[in-house]
Amino acid sequence: MKIGVLLKQVPASDSRIKINGDQTGIVTDDIKWEINPYDEFALEAGIQLVEAKTASSLVLISLGGKDAEARIKDGIARGVKAKPEAIRLDDAAFVGSDPLGEARIIAAAVKKAGVVLLLTGKQTIDDDNGQVPAMVAELLDLPQVTFVENLEVSGDSLIAHRAMGSGQVDVVKSPVNAVVTCDKGMNSPRFASLPGIMKAKRAKIAVWSAADLGLEASSVGAGAAVVTEGAYRLPAERPSGKIIEGADAAAKVKELVRLLRDEAKVL
Amino acid sequence: MASGILVFSEHDGGKIKKTAFELIAKAVSLNMGPVSAVVVGNADTSALGSYGATTVYTVNGDAFSSYTTGSYTKALAAVIAKADPAVVLGAASALGKDLFPRLGARLGAGVVTEATELDNDGGLVAHRPVYAGKAMVTAKPLGLALVTVRPNSFGIPAAGSGSAEVVAVDAGVSAADSKVVIVESKKSDASVADLTEADRIVSGGRSIKSADQYDAIIRPLAASIGATPGASRAAVDAGYAPHSHQVGQTGKVVNPNLYVALGISGAIQHLAGMRTSKVIVAVNKDPDAPIFAHASYGLVDDLFDVAPLLQRELEAL
Repeated sequence: MKIGVLLKQVPASDSRIKINGDQTGIVTDDIKWEINPYDEFALEAGIQLVEAKTASSLVLISLGGKDAEARIKDGIARGVKAKPEAIRLDDAAFVGSDPLGEARIIAAAVKKAGVVLLLTGKQTIDDDNGQVPAMVAELLDLPQVTFVENLEVSGDSLIAHRAMGSGQVDVVKSPVNAVVTCDKGMNSPRFASLPGIMKAKRAKIAVWSAADLGLEASSVGAGAAVVTEGAYRLPAERPSGKIIEGADAAAKVKELVRLLRDEAKVL
Repeated sequence: MASGILVFSEHDGGKIKKTAFELIAKAVSLNMGPVSAVVVGNADTSALGSYGATTVYTVNGDAFSSYTTGSYTKALAAVIAKADPAVVLGAASALGKDLFPRLGARLGAGVVTEATELDNDGGLVAHRPVYAGKAMVTAKPLGLALVTVRPNSFGIPAAGSGSAEVVAVDAGVSAADSKVVIVESKKSDASVADLTEADRIVSGGRSIKSADQYDAIIRPLAASIGATPGASRAAVDAGYAPHSHQVGQTGKVVNPNLYVALGISGAIQHLAGMRTSKVIVAVNKDPDAPIFAHASYGLVDDLFDVAPLLQRELEAL
């Protein structure tokens, strides 16, 4: 059984975000890039399944330009014992794809690569859409199991714990031929080892184009988008607040409660 | 010609969630044609009309006793085919965020995740946070729009006197429509609202120093005002609180009326997750903590002194 892991590079979560001049996105000059943190849980889960011989092989799939290769190599380095293949999906026709277009590209790659179980992050922390995994599952007519905190694979099925909100956790059973999105808590992602980093440097990353994937250029990219994005802007600044003074903690707390009740009216 | 707005109305064991009322009221105010609601599974739908829904579509059957992607996607697709709305709104809950993209791919529709503001500009325009709220972007679906909305974005007006026509839809859903089977559904803290839907949140940071102190200080303080307990990433990574409690860019993005941060310095990734809270209270003994720049009310003091006093005052209200 081959496991696929989707990797995307995103700005590190401690990045300060600035909007570019034509408001089409963010200023990327000073950004430190990382593997999307939720993808790290998917990657770790994939590596562990191969190490445990539950799965036979691992393929890392990333939709993105050449600048994403450093992140793919980071993934290869961490998974070095699982000897992952790596595929980057890149074509001028892909530019401007909306999530459904991205899902078409990734679904075609998942199929071509022969992936049985696709592991992804529950969302990326740049666009915060969380749409692509479910869309890939639908396009491939596979079950999806989202927001998974715990995953066990045995034979041709998997058992997953899903966080459903309000403290509810659903334990579900699914065929292993599925798309699983991973949440924090599933595992503790490993760092790359030095030998892993050295090996990853020499690793080959295949590049698949629209033609390689058998995709009509008109089915992806900006022309096929069903959602268009407008201007980016910074959120409104919060009005400055007040520091509550008082003789001691008790006096400050009394004043705080009075303000919350009478001024902010939230109690 | 598609027109109007259909609100996917979630319920919890038959009781319609307040997020549904919030969305119906917002849908009415957008003035984009008739507003209808869809309820999947057995629930009391009587209140939906009083917020402005003129039609309530219901889909019932054994397949909907608990949520599965396959059964709900088929049910929603059937109701959309019948109601022919221009826009479908739902809460950006775990369920909504699982369902809407699946439905979007099935129908070839544009999906927008977790909008915080909606406009009618001759078509729906959604405003949504990206980079966990460090930036905003507008999204405009072409054709059918499927939009999840962050709970508490609009508030809920008083109920009116309207009532809705109830239309039962047979979506032909059976257990075979879900390849995923629910083995067990565990519910802890049933009385506590989910962080993403909570009206009040009390969070602790690394200064809380231990899981025991988190349990002894943050949880009871939160309980005293019916708040949901939260935590910073530092506190979660140190093991003081479970990861499901994490507020921030790699945790939950929250939108309460009141957010109380105890011993949280205000790392950029935490601020990103709670900055849209209506009122923020920060308690920290470091007067230079970045959180104070974002707080409505700041209290420079030791959280271990403040928390018990605060709890006593709140319980006395």
